[in-house]
Amino acid sequence: MADAEWKPKIIGLLCNWCSYAGADLAGGGRIQYPPDVRVVRVMCTGRLDQLFVLKAFADGADGVLVSGCHFGDCHYLEGNYKGAKRMFMVKRLMKSIGLDDRRFRMTFVSASEGAKWATVITDVVKTVKELGPSPITESGK
Amino acid sequence: MAEKKKAGSKKMEVKKEAPVKQEAKKQAAPAPKQAPAKAAPTTGSKEQPRIGVFICHCGTNIAGSLDITAVQDYAKTLPNVAYVDNYKYVCSMPGQEVIMKAIREQKLTGTVVAACSPRLHEPTFRTATKEGGLNPFRFEMANIREQNSWVHMHDREGATAKAKDAVRIAVAKASLLQDLFPKTVPVEHAALVVGAGVAGMQAALDLSAAGIKTYLVESKPTIGGKMSQLDKTFPTLDCSQCILTPKMVDVGRSPNIELMTYSEVEAVEGYIGNFDVTIRKKAHGVLTMAEADARGIVGGGCNGCGDCEAPCPVIKPNDFEMGMKPRKAIYISHPQVVPLLYTIDFDSCIKCGLCITACGEKKAIDLEQKDELVKIKVGTAVLAIGYDLFPIEKKTEWGYKKFENVVTSLEFERLICASGPTSGHLVRPSDGETPKRVAFVLCAGSRDNTGIGKPYCSRFCCMYSLKHAHQIYEKIPGVQSYLFYMDIRSFGKMYEEFYYRIQDEGAKFIRGRVANILEDPVTKNLHVYTDDTLLNRPVDMEVDLVVLAAAVQPSEDTNRTRKLFGVSCSMDGWLLEAHPKLNPCGTTTAGVFLAGACQGPKDIPDAVASAEGAASAASIPIHKGEVELEPYFAMCIEEKCAGCGMCVNLCPYSALALVEKDGRTVMEVTEAKCKGCGTCGGFCPGGAIWMNHFATPQIVAQIDAFLLGGEQ
Ligand code: SF4
Ligand code: SF4
Repeated sequence: MADAEWKPKIIGLLCNWCSYAGADLAGGGRIQYPPDVRVVRVMCTGRLDQLFVLKAFADGADGVLVSGCHFGDCHYLEGNYKGAKRMFMVKRLMKSIGLDDRRFRMTFVSASEGAKWATVITDVVKTVKELGPSPITESGK
Repeated sequence: MAEKKKAGSKKMEVKKEAPVKQEAKKQAAPAPKQAPAKAAPTTGSKEQPRIGVFICHCGTNIAGSLDITAVQDYAKTLPNVAYVDNYKYVCSMPGQEVIMKAIREQKLTGTVVAACSPRLHEPTFRTATKEGGLNPFRFEMANIREQNSWVHMHDREGATAKAKDAVRIAVAKASLLQDLFPKTVPVEHAALVVGAGVAGMQAALDLSAAGIKTYLVESKPTIGGKMSQLDKTFPTLDCSQCILTPKMVDVGRSPNIELMTYSEVEAVEGYIGNFDVTIRKKAHGVLTMAEADARGIVGGGCNGCGDCEAPCPVIKPNDFEMGMKPRKAIYISHPQVVPLLYTIDFDSCIKCGLCITACGEKKAIDLEQKDELVKIKVGTAVLAIGYDLFPIEKKTEWGYKKFENVVTSLEFERLICASGPTSGHLVRPSDGETPKRVAFVLCAGSRDNTGIGKPYCSRFCCMYSLKHAHQIYEKIPGVQSYLFYMDIRSFGKMYEEFYYRIQDEGAKFIRGRVANILEDPVTKNLHVYTDDTLLNRPVDMEVDLVVLAAAVQPSEDTNRTRKLFGVSCSMDGWLLEAHPKLNPCGTTTAGVFLAGACQGPKDIPDAVASAEGAASAASIPIHKGEVELEPYFAMCIEEKCAGCGMCVNLCPYSALALVEKDGRTVMEVTEAKCKGCGTCGGFCPGGAIWMNHFATPQIVAQIDAFLLGGEQ
């Protein structure tokens, strides 16, 4: 393993209607991006409990991405506002426990933004790679 | 890492009878026993899951970019996996057979298909799962195409590792899935069509012909849309009004169509089958005969005589004539309006009351009329809100609104139209002279990546510019036309032939995007500058009139409307279809369909065809009489509910309420109102909400499977 390039473990929690569709569109357009993000689909980012994100970090995620519709565009009217509120709380919490909050990102990618999806992923992967392995797994070793 | 070791070192054999049994994750707790109380999730929590995994090659779409065998071998090592297979096209009939057969023979409790996006084929595989004998919701999909092989085409190793993880995540979820039963709800036997241009009219006529009560809502005082402003239509050169007016009359007469002009959708609630729509009928100050009747005015109401118009002292530009003809504050846009009813533009009305006197005994005018809110209930809705012209003055180099003799295509339509402001005599706005040299600038703001303009092709400007050239040859002896173009896109039936015909008539085609237009201040003639890219030489053409084929853009109301109906838009702002090829009339909101140019530029035949498609799609649930709603609703685990009521206010659909049960206050879900967004489930501090199909243990199992999976 030592010789292999370190591959970050990043989980993406995506809403079905905007970001998941946007990610599908990037596929349709064959827009290439790094393969380091694994996706879990929910219907709306409003479904996301902040504990899911914290659980992912506790499990050793090096990065977490939550992506939903743009404000005002939620398939369920306002789920993304509520999701975002919780996710900003996660950021504050991470800071308070000394976990670099750049490991966690919330983005807004619509169903028509395939290219943006690829940019977001590329950037998330780059950021997490720069930050290196999560201190949680590192200390757990 | 972990999986590499496994896949490389120990190739597992297919153990068809004896599934690889490993302990399920602790976090992946079985469904709470409380949950099934109301709906019917019947996963025995004691049952050992037996998951079948089916990996699709999608020809070479998937197999070409990642190692199917490695993914298959890896899948066999996963907990709860009883059977693994791969197939060239799992979505094909034989591919689905593979799933059905395996469910029966392997006594599977759940299926995972690793293939394309669930947004494409989830329904297909759910059906196969059902036909194999399982509840269709025991199915989970791993997206290894759109979000894998297609986007990591040059990273086989990375794509393969990602596919393994995706399968592991899907299996973890599939192991915890429950039987779910869609709710069937009745569908209101009525439809709504928003926008009464040619597409909306066609959709409404089709729906009404299918025996469906149809509400046709139009924000303008008359129906007909942009098509009614056109003089002729290409390539057949029928008079636009002549073919449209009979349809307008049909719309006005159809007993199944309730026409609501000068009205706007104000609010939409509910879901497919049961939309509650609030419509604002704007005050237009004039009573219909029926309204007059209702007020007890015998024999009264507006009969369209127009007596009121003459005395009205207010003069405003008539939008229908592109401002080139005046109208009064009380007006009809043109003689063929449907309904034939005067409208007062209250923004300019000075309430002098002269019209009331002129109207006399008919007592049709009510200057104090107020907007009225009307509530209707419909099963499905068709959006046909059309397009607008791009404000071409933004391309300052062409001088629109700066030089009098630069006009837009729509202004040209009115100028050449026999019923238009000049009775069909094409004249220069500057001096009323008949032009002898006319330049048509195509792609004016279309196919334009400068940031000012639209990157897409507006699709019908080539054709109408050809038509315009023909029209001037027909009307003005000795006239010369110049078409400045980048490409001529004459893609439709008989369109290419029309193009040749106009060439034969003498139109000159110059290939080159117009760089600049300048005016001779004395003659008001215009100089059109470009490079002729075929002859490779600069052009300075002096003409008398320039017609800009302005780009088209989504109509002004698009953003507001799409938010009301929960419809997405494309990057350019057009309303977005559910799938461009497989579901071009549908949207991601069940029961809401798209017709005409609100979806992107369409000419009349395409707009009408799409309207017929949308009407047909919208009539299906109505005729079926019932629809199934995805059973993703929330359920309260009453033992855990503290009755705090925090979730009640979070739900955007008012689906939750606190109730008293056995002496306790607990939350209760009204399933028919719940859309399954999960906002409540993501919040409840006590974890008392069970979100069907996206339950907390299921999501946590997915997170854990990814991060703790592999060697754990
Ligand atoms: S938030 Fe949870 S505990 Fe509070 S009422 Fe709703 S379900 Fe019950
Ligand atoms: S999931 Fe919860 S918040 Fe969303 S619609 Fe249903 S009850 Fe309301």
